[in-house]
Amino acid sequence: MKKTMKKPSERKQHLLNWLENGDPSLEMEMEDALSEKEAPELEEEDTLEREERDDPRLLAPSRLEKHPVYEKWYRVAAMIVCALLIGILLYAAVKMPKFGGAAHLLESEVSEFYVEHTMEETGAVNIITGIILDYRGFDTLGESHVLFIGMCTVLLLLSIKGEKDQERQLQLEAYDRHFEPRHDEILQSCARILCPLILVFGVYIIANGHLSPGGGFSGGAILGGGIILYQMAFGYLPTEKFFTFRTFKVVSVVSLLFYSCAKGYHFFTGANHLESGIEPGIVGNILSAGLLLPLNCVVGLVVTCTMYALYTMFRKGDF
Amino acid sequence: MLEYIRFIVFAILLLSGLIIQITALIGVSRFRFSLNRIHAAGMGDTLGLMLICLAAIVYTGFDAVTLKIIFIVAFFWLTSPVSGHLIGRLVSEADEQFAAEAEIWKR
Repeated sequence: MKKTMKKPSERKQHLLNWLENGDPSLEMEMEDALSEKEAPELEEEDTLEREERDDPRLLAPSRLEKHPVYEKWYRVAAMIVCALLIGILLYAAVKMPKFGGAAHLLESEVSEFYVEHTMEETGAVNIITGIILDYRGFDTLGESHVLFIGMCTVLLLLSIKGEKDQERQLQLEAYDRHFEPRHDEILQSCARILCPLILVFGVYIIANGHLSPGGGFSGGAILGGGIILYQMAFGYLPTEKFFTFRTFKVVSVVSLLFYSCAKGYHFFTGANHLESGIEPGIVGNILSAGLLLPLNCVVGLVVTCTMYALYTMFRKGDF
Repeated sequence: MLEYIRFIVFAILLLSGLIIQITALIGVSRFRFSLNRIHAAGMGDTLGLMLICLAAIVYTGFDAVTLKIIFIVAFFWLTSPVSGHLIGRLVSEADEQFAAEAEIWKR
């Protein structure tokens, strides 16, 4: 206590220095990685010593082992809870209605209304998309904005300030290579096969969201996963050819603006009993269901950008 | 008769798949070192999943869903060994006590 209270000005100076220049140990590690030193080979005695030394994973007693009675009851209670949960879930699974069975859906008035009216009112064959993007479109609008706000917070907290010059890029690459297994032949050959398939599948799920199970959120997650896999396999520089911070900004903001405007127009005309000019179209076609297809695409883009940006921020602290 | 044979094949496939999955589960939770755990997890993701998917194919018969099941198996056979390889590589690079848990062959 005394020690920390002693020199506040010095601590402040230290903190400022740390804020501006970063952790010195980080830079040392970067330099190590840049020079790509081989790890010093372990001598035979050294390994022996290591084996004899107390391995914390082998020797440290867990907190439970210090109290045998408590441990016993804890295990019994855990088993009972697990058995109960398994029993409840199995019971529920047995009691579930058959897939596609019509009789069990009409138990409550709300679901009955949705089942009867969704297809003609919104034009969506997939009733869930009709509900989340049309009947409860306001809710989904909020969810997309929550994603965006979360991304903004992560950007504020994690972004590393620095010059965007060639040297710094190379430094970041080298520091990243220190632990992350990149430029790995096995991963690259796998990603070369999988990335296009994953991206096409994500686009299919988004575009077919109003006809089959899926939609903006799930398809966007798949697209984001595909881009993350590409970046893991091939590195920052190839990914930055098509996805930079500017792309993220433009795509996210334009998508959210479009969603807000379209939904606002829809709500305005609907509340005032005006003709909106948006028709459900022929049910079952891909270009049908009025606003649902563009809204699905927009939500998918926002989710893709957010997923990829979160990953990059946590890994690199920069785009 | 044919129905019985089909059911027996289905049951054998499903049971062996489940046994392998449970073995993998026990291995993942009981082994102490990460490389052993990778070994157990990879077993469940490849062989166990394939046996269960084969059981599903036998149960439903050949139709359009069969192709999807085959795609699932192919996807997992592509990705699971690669992720195991990456985790193993990361462990060997980042674990400070790697020498205590594994024998290192010097080339």
